Order: sequence, then C-alpha cells, then structure tokens
Amino acid sequence: MATREIAGKIVHVNEEGFLTDPSEWNRDIAIELAKEEGIPELTPAHWKIIEFCRQDAGATGKAPTLRRISTMAGVSTKELFALFPKGPAKKVAKIAGLGKPEGCV
Amino acid sequence: MSAPNGNRHMAFICSKGTLDMAYPALVMGWAALGNGVDVTIFFTFWGLDLIRKSRVDHLELAPVANPSMKMSLMGIPSDNLGIPNLIGVLPGMTAVATKLMKEKMKQLEVPPVREYLQMLVDGGAKLYACKMTVDMMGLKKEDFVDGVIDIVTASDFIDMTEGAQIIFI
Repeated sequence: MATREIAGKIVHVNEEGFLTDPSEWNRDIAIELAKEEGIPELTPAHWKIIEFCRQDAGATGKAPTLRRISTMAGVSTKELFALFPKGPAKKVAKIAGLGKPEGCV
Repeated sequence: MSAPNGNRHMAFICSKGTLDMAYPALVMGWAALGNGVDVTIFFTFWGLDLIRKSRVDHLELAPVANPSMKMSLMGIPSDNLGIPNLIGVLPGMTAVATKLMKEKMKQLEVPPVREYLQMLVDGGAKLYACKMTVDMMGLKKEDFVDGVIDIVTASDFIDMTEGAQIIFI
C-alpha cells in the first residue's frame, strides 16, 4: 500500500489519495489536504462538517453520503456545495481522512 | 470539450413522466454534482410531469405491459412469475404498483422526486422546460416547481449544451 507524507507525518493512502487508516489522521493533515482540494482555509463551518463525518464514520464504519451529512448534521445542500465546491461528500471524506463515500444519495 | 468554465458538463433530457423513469436523471445528476460535474436537465413531453407542481408528487408506475414487474416485487416468492396484464388493468393496480415502488425507495432512503429535484437545484443543477411541450399543454412558468430556470426551445438547449455529454431518458 502506498504511503505519503502529509504535514510531516507518513500516512497510508489509496490510489485516489484517500487515507486508508482514519486513525492516522490529524487536524494538520486535514488543513494540508484541504489546500490540495482547493480550500485555502478551514473555517469553523468546515470543521463542524469534518467532525460530524469523523464521528459518523466511527459509528458506521463508512464515510457519510451527502444527503446523510445534510440531514444528520443539519447543514443545507447549498451550504455544503458552497463550503466544499465540486463534490462536497468526496472532498469532506478525503479531508477528514475517511474512505470514499459509497451509496448513490 | 466542456462547459465555458472548462468543467465537465452532463445534460439529461427527461422525456418520461412515470415514477420509475423519473429517477435515472435524478440519481445520475446527483452523482455528477457529487463529482464536481456541471449538470443541466431539460424536461420535455411527459417529462414535464417531473417538474409540474400539480404532478410531481403524484407520479405513477403502471404494471400493465411491463414485463419487469414480477410478483416477487410484492413480496410473493414466485421467481419469474409476472403480474398478468389482465390483473394489471384492474382498478387500483397502478396505485398498488406505485405505492410499492415508493415504499421500496423509502426503505433505501431515496428521497421523493420533489425533494430530489430541490437537492439538485441546491447543488447547482440547471433545470429547463421545453417550450414546444409547454405550449402544447398550455402551461406557464408558474406551473413548475421552484428551481426551473426558464422555458426554452430545443435550439436554446442545443446552444447551452455545447460540448456536454447528453443523456436521453
């Protein structure tokens, strides 16, 4: 399995750049990955969603879909697309150190 | 080739107004938005039912002449046994089939069409109604759900989807 260095830490990643072990994640890694995804700064609104996704994935074992984030974290679809443009669920999952979300909704 | 902003662009043409044929564009359109792809949806002919305020919550699925509708869908362990057309024509059978599909969708946490459309609009999809069909059916922009941007001609659609991948449903 591939490894790479993010924010001074060696982590395991898959071929699409998603961390394969969520426990290797930390906030510095999130900030770095966000920059790579075109989000220069993570605001409290971003962190709220990232933290929700980490908690939810911890409970279910998989990254939440977009609809799950909007209904469970109480963030509107519009806001999600504004905070994480071009594919919010995938971007949040990557930044949060989770796998790619499965499921169609 | 892509949209003016250089982004990948997918355009769906929805021409059917049955409940089962409402979902392909919604599911794929939503997936496209989730992958950072621009989405345009053009509703024409019976597809206009998907965006009509008076119809969107009442889309139906008819069991008649639909060989894919099997008894097993109703929870009866009957393998390949279909719902006979002769039964399908009975009053209430369309309502039964429709209810069944809606329940299955709900179990999968798939949103109803109205809500799905709103999600797409909130995610940045652009919805348009076909002018010729709108004129033929005597409809107005007010007859459509919020989020339908405009009533446009086929020619307008061709213009606005230059370079897009077009999917006809």
